[in-house]
Amino acid sequence: MTRIMRRMRIGRIPRIGLLAGGAILLCTGQLMGQVSTVDDARVERGRAVYQYWCATCHSSGPGMPGTTALAAKYKGKQPSVPAVLEERTDLTEASVKFFVRQGVSVMAPFRKTEISDADLEDLISYLTRSKAR
Amino acid sequence: MRIPPGLTAGDFGSAVTQFEQVVGREWVFTSDEDLNLYRDAYSPLFGEPEERVASGAVAPNSVEQVQQVVKIANTYKIPIYPISTGRNLGYGGAAPAYSGSVVLDLKRMNRILEVSERNASCLVEPGVSYFDLCKYIEDKNLKLWVDVPDPGWGSVIGNALDHGGGYTTALYRNHFDAHCGMEVVLANGEVIRTGMGALPGAGTWQQFKFGVGPWIDGIFSQSNFGIVTKMGFWLMPIPDAYLSGTVSVPRHSDLIRLVDILTYIENAGVSNGMPMIGMLGSGFPGLGGPRDKELGALLARPGGAPPEEIERLALQKGIPYWNCSLRFYGPAKAVAAQWEHTKEKFSAIPGATFQDGELLRLPLTPEQRQRVHKPEFGIPSLEMFSIGARSEINPNPTNGHMWFSPIIPRTGEAVFEAQRVLSQASRDLKLPFNISAIPTMYWLRAFVLIIAFPITRDIATNKRNRDAFNRLVQIAAEHGWGEYRTAPVFMDAVAGAYSYNSNALMRFHETIKDAVDPNGIISAGRYGIWPKHLRGNRA
Repeated sequence: MTRIMRRMRIGRIPRIGLLAGGAILLCTGQLMGQVSTVDDARVERGRAVYQYWCATCHSSGPGMPGTTALAAKYKGKQPSVPAVLEERTDLTEASVKFFVRQGVSVMAPFRKTEISDADLEDLISYLTRSKAR
Repeated sequence: MRIPPGLTAGDFGSAVTQFEQVVGREWVFTSDEDLNLYRDAYSPLFGEPEERVASGAVAPNSVEQVQQVVKIANTYKIPIYPISTGRNLGYGGAAPAYSGSVVLDLKRMNRILEVSERNASCLVEPGVSYFDLCKYIEDKNLKLWVDVPDPGWGSVIGNALDHGGGYTTALYRNHFDAHCGMEVVLANGEVIRTGMGALPGAGTWQQFKFGVGPWIDGIFSQSNFGIVTKMGFWLMPIPDAYLSGTVSVPRHSDLIRLVDILTYIENAGVSNGMPMIGMLGSGFPGLGGPRDKELGALLARPGGAPPEEIERLALQKGIPYWNCSLRFYGPAKAVAAQWEHTKEKFSAIPGATFQDGELLRLPLTPEQRQRVHKPEFGIPSLEMFSIGARSEINPNPTNGHMWFSPIIPRTGEAVFEAQRVLSQASRDLKLPFNISAIPTMYWLRAFVLIIAFPITRDIATNKRNRDAFNRLVQIAAEHGWGEYRTAPVFMDAVAGAYSYNSNALMRFHETIKDAVDPNGIISAGRYGIWPKHLRGNRA
């Protein structure tokens, strides 16, 4: 597991409410207040990275080639996998890192002047946030 | 560590240390892992020994840092290759034209220095994307539009410098023409400002392009004479309304009059938006063929079908051969009157029919924003990347694309000639598709054909496509058609076609290159301009 995931596990932050599309994560980890604040801040920063770099191609709605591609990829084979990236619960640190730094099909990889290593860590926190519940 | 050509490991090591002192260690990249991110994912040479790759990358954050990096590069004679956002996919991406160069990555210079609603203009740095500029304007609720190209993550400066185009009105969609004033770092590290920017204290840098004396901005586009670190642009005040309308004409030969009338309509200022010509009910060129299956099959036939055969079937089915959609931006009453006048003019073609589009009041509602062709309304997106991407109808996605994009004369006759020649070439080159050559009109006065070739991860396929592409460049040149823009691997061939008077223009470029960059450090090979020591046997 990653450094972040390890920290999250140690933090044991039971998230009771993830507001879909909203900007607030409610936590009951008051006792772990310090840790949960840090991790929530990281998830929030990751959400911003996602909005800036990924959402333009991977959101729901028309004109989103990333979403169209993933819908076609999983249709019939893994119908339970959502086409919209941020709705997925199966993403891992390795998979996010791989696609950001290697690219796939028409998606070129992202340089560190675009998504820095720190941004990538935040993005991973955001896209794997369901695992931290 | 990779070493740039012509350098010793020791010298490059010293230079890297100095780069790090200027920009910070974090922003100098020399590991394979980091440099792989500078590979052009859309390179037609991907994975081959000839692929153009970087030896390093340096990412300054200010013009002062750019100056210092350039001085170091000049001292050590290190080839450097400036990129802005590095997203010029299909035309080279973030990879250098000369393999082994150090990429000067300007993405971190992403400041929007000024947006003036009063003057409808802006001044930006190279790392500012269309998404960035549009969001800034929206957040501040300014009543301005940015003319955007298809990929919204492109650099406003980079796109203009590579002669990119957009979709709104004629005044703005030629992005280089819509710029006003530049700041450029030269190979010796000196900074110049062009136009009124050269006059200390002038408040008109983004108002008057020329200043006095030679207007040199053009030599910094598609070239390697300097590094543009700031650029001003004229922006479009949000118009009151948008109206579109479509003219359809039944016969193949009707295109000749259609184009002539269209040219008048545009040049006279009756229609200010970007027209689009379609064939047999197809949409925007490059996005899908005819909706009718039989006609689609006829067109998709390897090498195409003769126009007479297509026209016969189209007439039988009552499908017009050509359609042309026009766009009008302005006051609601004015655009309605302009469309009426347009219809009157096109009525001169027997059998012409018209379809009125919806009149949209601007700005658009959120619901309207979702359904429109976004770039026509200054909305940046990445929708165009659906080309080649996986979808239900395309289960085998590509790894990108490259564009063959020759400029041809703006007449119906030239379109017919291009269709005939390029269909024949499709057959001769055994392309798996037929080049149908529908013109697009990003710019006034000339047509451009935009033809996509897929990029794959199969070396043999890429080689075949490269060979076909190079042959098409030659065939086009034999007919007087030259590309307006191209990827690094084709730059020599494309620039070589502009050969009037024993390549006099290229020799002039080389004279400038030798004078302003005697060590030949900036973007060697860009658009066929090589520094003296890499010019080989060419005179």
